[in-house]
Amino acid sequence: MLTIQDLHVYYGRIHALKGISLEVQAGEIVALIGSNGAGKTTTLAALSGLLRPRSGAVYFEGKNITHLPVHQIVRLGVVHCPEGRQVFARLSVAENLQLAGAHRSERTAYMRDLQRIYDLFPVLAQRRSQYAGTLSGGEQQMLAIGRALMSRPRLLLLDEPSLGLAPMVVENIFKVVEALRQDGMTILLVEQNAYRALQLADRAYVLETGYVKIHGPARELTNNPAIKTAYLGG
Amino acid sequence: MFTPSYVAQQFVNALNMGSIYALVAIGLTVVYGILRLINFAHGDMMTVGAYVALAVLTSLTLPAWAALLIPIFVVAAIGVIIERFAYRPLRGAPEVAMLITSLAVSSLIENGALMTLTAQPRPVRLPAELVQRVDVLGVNIAVMDAVIVVLALALMVGLSLFVRYTSIGIAMRACSENVRVTQLMGVDVNRVIATAFAISAGLAAVAGVLWSGKFGLVDPFMGFLPGLKAFVAAVIGGIGNIAGAMLGGYLLGFAEVFFVAFMPSEISGYRDAFVFALLLVVLLLRPTGLLGAHEASRA
Repeated sequence: MLTIQDLHVYYGRIHALKGISLEVQAGEIVALIGSNGAGKTTTLAALSGLLRPRSGAVYFEGKNITHLPVHQIVRLGVVHCPEGRQVFARLSVAENLQLAGAHRSERTAYMRDLQRIYDLFPVLAQRRSQYAGTLSGGEQQMLAIGRALMSRPRLLLLDEPSLGLAPMVVENIFKVVEALRQDGMTILLVEQNAYRALQLADRAYVLETGYVKIHGPARELTNNPAIKTAYLGG
Repeated sequence: MFTPSYVAQQFVNALNMGSIYALVAIGLTVVYGILRLINFAHGDMMTVGAYVALAVLTSLTLPAWAALLIPIFVVAAIGVIIERFAYRPLRGAPEVAMLITSLAVSSLIENGALMTLTAQPRPVRLPAELVQRVDVLGVNIAVMDAVIVVLALALMVGLSLFVRYTSIGIAMRACSENVRVTQLMGVDVNRVIATAFAISAGLAAVAGVLWSGKFGLVDPFMGFLPGLKAFVAAVIGGIGNIAGAMLGGYLLGFAEVFFVAFMPSEISGYRDAFVFALLLVVLLLRPTGLLGAHEASRA
């Protein structure tokens, strides 16, 4: 479904991604793990078009999307739910959702998705006319995910959904990710909690300072002694 | 000497000036909200609008409303073209680059008008039905005065509804919070920014037509001072905030007209100094303007 070939990204003179290649198959959850600064978030930003790679290519369902404008990549079905929630604080909950679905023309599917999001996150339905800035951190993360779903993702790029949230809220978020997988959604997950990410994912890539250090089935990586020491706390 | 009818007349004047400043200030604030650009060429959109209206009035046999509608569309188109070729290539460059470019655009328009249309102010002859005077609640006013206030208020209500309820209005508000993330929602932000420039320039055109109708003259620099005053109004209200621009516009209109109307003649000549002093006082007390959001609260 998604193929990245030898991606190089620079921030000014800093070489942030030094030739990343990876693949995501339809229906998979693939985790990207690694320490801070390894290039996880940069990889997602390059996929969604927010950052322009110096070289390399991104293919989505056989189509080269490397140089498409961000909104066109979204409309193809590659939807990026960014790190740090990034909800629009001065828009209402409903407006945040409406904005993300505004480019869609099919009315019934749109309403069905909106209802589905309110079913997944009942608290959003309760607060639909409230400013998003007044929500708690966990509620904002739910809104961020709900908003991404309104864009009809076929591949969801989920960046650090558990960052800075209370353990109970994190459980809730991971349950939702699990539910999305049951629905057959394809997800590329960046997560600083490597243990949880590997539990959830089918396969994983471990990044280190801009390279893919190792990749394989999540179960294998969980039992790999080197990974255990470096990322799973022994 | 301050008879009730004099006071009432000044009140009408203040409403007129406030309406025009508010229209210009809204245009500045809409563009600033999204691009953080202080568009120095904004006042010149008034000038262009006024000249187009003058051309329509003098050379075409069209009804008076055409002298309002045609400038709106012409100037909105010019605003979109300027954005496309002058500002869009600078997206992502330091904000000051766009600001300097807007100074250049302003200078181009003013000097272009000077070369082709000469510095000679041209008289505007309003259609007779706008010049006649009527009694409203015991105050004798020109029809044009009423047109200015009603039209400006109608446009402000229309814009508020547009920004509140339409998809592109919601996208404009989202862009003013974060353009990058707005793109991730599948929104074509170039379209949103072009729309903002069209609205901004279109409102300035209306302001220019009304201004030239009220004062009866058009010249290549007529937009300069009202453009600057509207900037003051937008900052007083809290730049980036549409309601703030409206409030700032009317506050400024009232402050300026009442200052001239009720101060002794030795002092009233300092009108413009008073306006800028007012700005300083507001900024000292409320650095983000009366209705301004606190930029620092942005995570």
